[in-house]
Amino acid sequence: MNTKVGYGIALALLLVAPFLIYPVFLMKLLCFALFACAFNLILGYGGLLSFGHAAFFGGAAYITGHAIKIWGLPTELGLLVGAGSAAALGYLIGLLAIRRQGIYFAMITLALAQMVYFIFTSAGFTGGENGLQGVPRGYALGIFDLQNNLTMYYFVLAVFVIGFLIIARAVHSPFGQILGAIRDNEDRATSLGYDVDRYKHLAFVLSAGLAGLAGATKTVVFQLASLTDVHWHTSGEVVLMTLLGGLGTIAGPVVGAGVIVTLQNYLASGPLGAWVPVVLGTIFVVCVLAFRRGIVGELHALLKKSF
Amino acid sequence: MLTDLLGIPPQVLFGQLLLGLINGAFYAVLSLGLAVIFGLLNIVNFAHGALYMLGAFTTFFLAKYIGVGYWGALILAPLIVGALGILIERFLLRRLTGVDHLYGLLLTFGLALVIEGVFVKMFGASGIPYPTPEALKGGVNLGFMFLPYYRAWVVVASLIVCVATWALFERTKIGAYLRAGTENPQLLQAFGVNVPILTTLAYGYGVALAAFAGVLAAPITQVSPLMGSNLIIVVFAVVVIGGMGSIVGAVVTGLAMGVVEGLTKVFWPEASATVIFLVMAIVLVLRPAGLFGKTA
Repeated sequence: MNTKVGYGIALALLLVAPFLIYPVFLMKLLCFALFACAFNLILGYGGLLSFGHAAFFGGAAYITGHAIKIWGLPTELGLLVGAGSAAALGYLIGLLAIRRQGIYFAMITLALAQMVYFIFTSAGFTGGENGLQGVPRGYALGIFDLQNNLTMYYFVLAVFVIGFLIIARAVHSPFGQILGAIRDNEDRATSLGYDVDRYKHLAFVLSAGLAGLAGATKTVVFQLASLTDVHWHTSGEVVLMTLLGGLGTIAGPVVGAGVIVTLQNYLASGPLGAWVPVVLGTIFVVCVLAFRRGIVGELHALLKKSF
Repeated sequence: MLTDLLGIPPQVLFGQLLLGLINGAFYAVLSLGLAVIFGLLNIVNFAHGALYMLGAFTTFFLAKYIGVGYWGALILAPLIVGALGILIERFLLRRLTGVDHLYGLLLTFGLALVIEGVFVKMFGASGIPYPTPEALKGGVNLGFMFLPYYRAWVVVASLIVCVATWALFERTKIGAYLRAGTENPQLLQAFGVNVPILTTLAYGYGVALAAFAGVLAAPITQVSPLMGSNLIIVVFAVVVIGGMGSIVGAVVTGLAMGVVEGLTKVFWPEASATVIFLVMAIVLVLRPAGLFGKTA
C-alpha cells in the first residue's frame, strides 16, 4: 500500500516537472533511469555483472535512428525496431556469456560489447565519428508533433512508465523470485530442478531489450546516435548509477541515474567540466568501499532501524 | 614460396607477423600480471591498463625530471608503480575482504577512471614521444624483412620476464607459498604463513609487470593517458581465451593472439580489430573454461 502511494506521488511529480525544470534535461534523465532499471534487472536481481550494456543501449540508438531517418518508419515503430534488435543482440551475447559466471561474465560481456563498438565504428550507416545526425522526432500516434519539447516529454514519460512497469512486474513475478534464488544460491536453484541458464538468459534478453528501448528513446529526444552511446564508458556509467542508487531495489536505479545525470550536467557547465571522469571514478570507489547498499538501500535500512 | 602464391609480398607478411608478436608480448605480460593478481585476490584488476599507462608515464617523468634514462626506468618504473600497487592493495582492496569479488572489479574500474581522468586533464589525450634507447637504434636486414633492434628487444625482454615469473612460481619457496595461497589460503594461514603479506606482494608484483610492459611500450606507442584503456579490454578477452589457470597458458595465449591479430591484418584488415573477440566467442562455445583453464 505504502509503495503504491509512493509511486503515485512520484508520477504526479513527474507530470508537473516539465513546468518547473527544463524538459530536455528531464527526458535525458528518464532515458538513463530506464537504462539503469533495465540494468538492475540483470545485476541487482540476477546477480550478473554485465559490463557490456552500452552495446544494447547504443546499438538500439543507431538502429532506431536509421529506421526513422532512412526507412521513414513512424517514431513508435522505430523504437520497437531498436528495442527488438537490442533484445536479439542480447540473445546472442547472452548465449555466450552465461557459459561463465562472476568475473568471467563481466569480462566476456565487456569484450563482446567492444566488438560491437568496433563494428559500429566501421559500419557506413553510423556516420563514424560524426554519429547519426538529424533523426526526425516525428509524430506520436501520427497526430502529436514531437518537435514540441513538452509533447516529447510526455511521450518519453509514457515510454519510461511502460518500461518501469514491465521491470516491476518481472521482479515480482515467480520468474523474478526464481531469478533472485539463482542470485543467492545457484547450486541450490539447480538442485531444485530449475534450468538456471534459461532463466539467466531470459533475464539478460529482457534487460537488453529494455536497455535498447532506453537508447532508442534517447536517439529520438536528441535526434542523434553517437559512438559515446556504444562506448564502454556508458557501460560503466550505468553500473555506477545502479550501484549508487541501490542494487536490487526498484527505485534505486532511478535515484542513481538522477544523481549522476544531474551531476554531469552541473559539472559540464562549470569549471570542473574536464574532471567528470575523475569525479565519477571517485564516487565509484567511495560507493564500493563504504556505501554498497546505495542511497535507496541505506534509506530502507534506516527506516527498518527506526521503526 | 608460399607467400608469393598467395599474392602477398613476404615483407608485408613478416612485418605484420613481427608486429603481431610484439602486441602478443604485451598481451602476454599484461595477462600474466592479471593471472598473478587473480590467483591470490580473486579479483580482476580493471586498473591494469591505467597502471600500464603509469609505467610509461613514470619512464617519461624519470627522464624529464631526474635524467634517468631507459635502462634505469626499466628497473625503477616497475618498482615505483609496484609500490603504488601495494598501497592500493593495503588501503583499498584490503577493505573488500569477504565481500563479493565483483566489488573488487568495480573498485579497480573506479580507480582506472580516476587515474586516467587525472592524466587526460594534465596531459591531454595526445601522445608524448619517448626516444628509443641509443643502444637499440637501427636494425638489421634479414633478407626477407627489416628487423628493428628495439622491436626484437621487446619480444626478448617480455619472454625473459615471463620465464622469470614462471621460475619464481614453480621453482622457489615463495612461489610454492603463492601457489598454495591460490589453492587454499585458510589452510596456508593455519600453517603459520602470513597470507595477507603474500596477497599484498602478489598485487604489487602483478602491477609491476603491467608497469614493465608500459616501459617497453613507451618508445613504440608514445606515452599517452589512454594508451591502456582499450588495450585492457583486449587483454581481458585473451584471459578468457586462455583461462586464468596457468602462467604458461597466459604467456602462450598472449603471444598466439598477437600473431593471429597480425595475420588477420594481412589477409583481412577490416577484421583485425575484432578477431580476438571472435576467437573468444568460438572458444566459449567449444571450451567454456578456456584453452588452459581447469573446469571449475
